[in-house]
Amino acid sequence: MFVNNDVKNAMAMEERHVIKLSDPDHPVILSTEDLHVYYGKKEALFEGDLEFASNQITALIGPSGSGKSTYLRSLNRMNDRIATVTGKIMYRGVDINQPSIDVYEMRRRVGMVFQRPNPFAKSIYDNIAFALRLRGVTGKHKLDEIVETSLKQAALWDQVKDDLNKSALALSGGQAQRLCIARAIAIKPDILLLDEPASALDPVSTGQLEDTLLSLKEHYTIIIVTHNMQQAARISEYTAFFNQGRVLEYDTTSHIFTNPSVQVTSDYVSGNFG
Amino acid sequence: MNSKTQNKIAIGGLYGIAGLVVLILLALLGYILVSGVPQLSWHFLTAPGKAFLKGGGVGIQLYNSFYLLILAMLISFPIALGAAIYLYEYAKDNWVTTTIRTAIEILSSLPSVVVGLFGFLFFVVKLHLGFSILSGAFALTFFNLPLLTRSIEDSLRTISDVQREGGLALGLSRWETVTRVILPAAVPSILTGVILSAGRVFGEAAALIYTAGQSAPALDFTDWNPFNISSPLNPMRPAETLAVHIWKINSEGIMPDAKAISSGSSAVLVIAILLFNFAARYLGKRLYKRLTSA
Ligand SMILES: Nc1ncnc2c1ncn2[C@@H]1O[C@H](COP(=O)(O)OP(=O)(O)O)[C@@H](O)[C@H]1O
Ligand SMILES: [Mg+2]
Repeated sequence: MFVNNDVKNAMAMEERHVIKLSDPDHPVILSTEDLHVYYGKKEALFEGDLEFASNQITALIGPSGSGKSTYLRSLNRMNDRIATVTGKIMYRGVDINQPSIDVYEMRRRVGMVFQRPNPFAKSIYDNIAFALRLRGVTGKHKLDEIVETSLKQAALWDQVKDDLNKSALALSGGQAQRLCIARAIAIKPDILLLDEPASALDPVSTGQLEDTLLSLKEHYTIIIVTHNMQQAARISEYTAFFNQGRVLEYDTTSHIFTNPSVQVTSDYVSGNFG
Repeated sequence: MNSKTQNKIAIGGLYGIAGLVVLILLALLGYILVSGVPQLSWHFLTAPGKAFLKGGGVGIQLYNSFYLLILAMLISFPIALGAAIYLYEYAKDNWVTTTIRTAIEILSSLPSVVVGLFGFLFFVVKLHLGFSILSGAFALTFFNLPLLTRSIEDSLRTISDVQREGGLALGLSRWETVTRVILPAAVPSILTGVILSAGRVFGEAAALIYTAGQSAPALDFTDWNPFNISSPLNPMRPAETLAVHIWKINSEGIMPDAKAISSGSSAVLVIAILLFNFAARYLGKRLYKRLTSA
């Protein structure tokens, strides 16, 4: 029987498509179960159940207002005083969305980089070192070493190694954002959350930032929100598509971009809306 | 009339008003300085006053002004800082904070003479502190606290929330974020606020007339034991300040050169307050530069 290709596609289209991970080389390090987020009475995230593979980059995409930031900020409890978050966030077998969790300790394992670069009004060196000092890392030698490795991992060392005592506020946008990454990885987290980290950067800085992220995944699990679909396609292994507060589709990045299972995803990645 | 001419007339009017304000200000400043500066001399600035004779100075009043200012700042700054941090960094918006804010608002618009009378009844009479530096410093604290709290709160507000999130995301507690990230960044603007309020406190008279008193007993500048009555450090002695002095000699001065002393004192006061203002700008800018560039 002859069936039009479009019709066949439409018949095959699902409402929602979320895979479970099963890659023994990259076991699940973080997952959410039945996550709901409310701003006051308004529900902004209806269901988020995703798994994140260790030492891989996962991209969260979707139209603006679809709940990507809401979801990401829940992962290290940055929404604590802003929203009500229900459901489980399992990190290495522990539900970190319980009141008894020491959030400060947890955030040292699950670091975050924000959309707007936010270097502190301190020297470049102190931007990285001061949080370490607060946690009892002392000794100039040891601090020097951590500052250097962090800046190198963030691909900023060569540009600032002679200006470590200068104010971080004088850095360009791209440099400032990489300093924020260096600052986040200096405290040796497991997971790095990034919320549109390149949206304030020019294309060259964006490219450098992407290279940095690709080299970082050897040591860190990276979850990145991006509105830039090419970026998601370039750097991530897995992609989750958010729409109106729901995860509509989660699969490998190649699946999402070449052969999505959900019609809305297909429309979005082909630029038909959003 | 088309909108272009309308615009021109409006701009012209605004320029005119602004010019008038500047002119009045310059005339006032000019008058005070022209009539006051010729009276100034080292002797005038350091010598004690004379009640009936010519040639007295304002040394004690000048010293008292600074001593009171420092005491008042030492008391009010920590309280204002704490209150501002609580209000801006910790408190949620509910009826408690609304009440506190309203109280601050009302306190900051109280006429200073009312603050002075309250200080008289409460500190001088009720607490038996008498006309003293301490009573004056407490009254000035009441006078200064609301505005200083608001100015520090405004300084904290200028620090963007992304800085707070940056601190929290590194696993700092809220207290660590405030003290290690927010306050250092806010120092230039807090300092500007403190110096500006110091200028206001320095020139305040009404709140002090019935609290720090209207007499300036002789001081022995070699005696720094705060328990001795003639020691400059003694906080329990009455202490007329420069601003009170100006009010006093204009209303009941009987020395033959009262007019000259009043002019000279006014000039000193105005110059000191101008210096406070310039220092505030200069230091604020410099500190900000040091934070933001090499
Ligand atoms: N602090 C907040 N208070 C109230 N509503 C919010 C807040 N932050 C986000 N929202 C709402 O939650 C929804 C999801 O927003 P967000 O997570 O920022 O989307 P995205 O990051 O995908 O653009 C939007 O409707 C937004 O208006
Ligand atoms: Mg967002």
